[in-house]
Amino acid sequence: MKDNIFLRIWHFYYEGFSSMTLGRTLWAIVLVKLFIMFAILRVFFFQPTLTGTDYEKAEQVRANLVIGEKQ
Amino acid sequence: MESVVDWSRAQFALTACYHWMFVPLTLGLGIIVALFETIYYRTRNQEWLKICQFWAMLFGVNFAIGVATGIILEFEFGTNWSNYSWFVGDIFGAPLAIEGIFAFFCESTFFAVMMFGWKKFSAGQHLAATWLTAIGATFSAWWILVANSWMQYPVGMEFSPEQMRNVMTDFWAVAFSPVAVNKFLHTVQAAWCLGGVFVLGVSSWYLLKGHNQEFALKSIKVGGIVGTIGILMSMLTGDGAAVQVTKTQPMKLAAMEGLYEGQEGTPLIGFGIVNPDKRYDNDEEAMLFEISIPKGLSLLGRHDLNAFIPGVKDIVEGKDMIDGEVINTVPYAERIERGKMAQTALRQYSSARKSGDKQGMQQAEEKLREHYPFFGYGYFESVDEAIPNVPAVFYMFHIMVILGGYLLVYLCFSLFMAYRKPQWLTVRWKGIMLFPAVALLSIPLVWICHQCGWGVAEMGRQPWTIQDILPVQAAISSLESSQVMLTFCLFALLFTVLLIAEVGIMIKQIKKGPAQE
Repeated sequence: MKDNIFLRIWHFYYEGFSSMTLGRTLWAIVLVKLFIMFAILRVFFFQPTLTGTDYEKAEQVRANLVIGEKQ
Repeated sequence: MESVVDWSRAQFALTACYHWMFVPLTLGLGIIVALFETIYYRTRNQEWLKICQFWAMLFGVNFAIGVATGIILEFEFGTNWSNYSWFVGDIFGAPLAIEGIFAFFCESTFFAVMMFGWKKFSAGQHLAATWLTAIGATFSAWWILVANSWMQYPVGMEFSPEQMRNVMTDFWAVAFSPVAVNKFLHTVQAAWCLGGVFVLGVSSWYLLKGHNQEFALKSIKVGGIVGTIGILMSMLTGDGAAVQVTKTQPMKLAAMEGLYEGQEGTPLIGFGIVNPDKRYDNDEEAMLFEISIPKGLSLLGRHDLNAFIPGVKDIVEGKDMIDGEVINTVPYAERIERGKMAQTALRQYSSARKSGDKQGMQQAEEKLREHYPFFGYGYFESVDEAIPNVPAVFYMFHIMVILGGYLLVYLCFSLFMAYRKPQWLTVRWKGIMLFPAVALLSIPLVWICHQCGWGVAEMGRQPWTIQDILPVQAAISSLESSQVMLTFCLFALLFTVLLIAEVGIMIKQIKKGPAQE
């Protein structure tokens, strides 16, 4: 009996990853890179500057962009 | 470099430059791998399969190391350029979102089939996946370039003072603006050229070492065709880019050529040294030395040998000429005045809104709409602030053009040798094998050419993040420059490590050669 489509996709990726040689090194680099980007840089250094609801964000930008508004 | 604007610009430039080291190789090599596999599919010759798998492996290395490096640019939009990010609204967000979906679902799915699917799929299905990976990457680039083109030539939107952002009114005008179409073609074709030069360079290494020579020759033949088509077509679309810049960003064109005072039948400077003391309002000579092609810039910019091309001074003073008739454009002093009027109208709108004065809001909005095309000029106190760094743009443009010319000759000659005189590929002069020496040297040169091209596009439009609407100093967030300096250094470190890793892995794989794969 044939596996269902999801199992076949799972096996495809599982066997693909299992049989990698150079790919393992590359995946290690990809994962470390993504960890540095999302778990360190994004969390500690790149918080969005504008916060709140869309209305609040619009008001912050209004204060920043309209000359003489930010007093 | 002291201000947060300078550091944020430097940081963005650094991340964009590193990102653009990976992307063009993905675009160029993707097409070349697909061609190799197509040849294999048609011939079923195992030699071609070996060639295809080798280049697919290098494609995979570049793809894996480069993937997601562009996400950092999006972090920077949210943190360093928050005013800009809000102000552009969904006009910028929509193409980026489409790109993200495309990249994730399309590229990653077909990329997995391409890498894991050699024994799981039929040759035809695998070939389809390889082509779809290459085409998917190319269409991802389309959306990024649409977003960038909109910043250079903002169309299909109107400003909402209520939301303090631009609202898209015409998706198709944004997606298919002539600037976007031309930029896409030029960039992708230049990436094909880069892919071709990379294949030639790596293949030449095998000629130098004296092994895998048949593999190298076959690779040079296909890579050479793609590279030559790429450079020829990118020259054609480069001409299209010059016409678009003349129409939509004349100040950028003037900076590219160090042209301060326009004339009919303007020459094109082939090589020159810019006078650093030259300003638009003094009598210094613009160039200390130059070799020019008579009437070349008129032909390039307006496809007419005798056309007038405005220089920096003409643009500042609001002067242009079309078909021999003087056309008055808006002088920069008036633009600044009208920009300030737009600012005042927006301030009045905000005050009226606070007090619930609907009639006042309506009146202010009408006034704002009248002057909005010059909104960004309201942030300037003098004309000088609206002029880009002419020497930097001039030199980058000329380096790009000179290298482009070199690459055309190199690729055409390599192709000729590969098909007609393959024995010339291994000719030695004073013990040095000439073709490999040139081919290996050409690898960094093609990347420099690409980086200079982007340098011209981005530095030439300064001081704007959005042409005429939002200058960099208004687009920036309220941050400490020390904070941006720190992340600048972190990015420099991260990207340098990634680049070293890529180069290291590639060299290792190249040394192993195709037989090992």
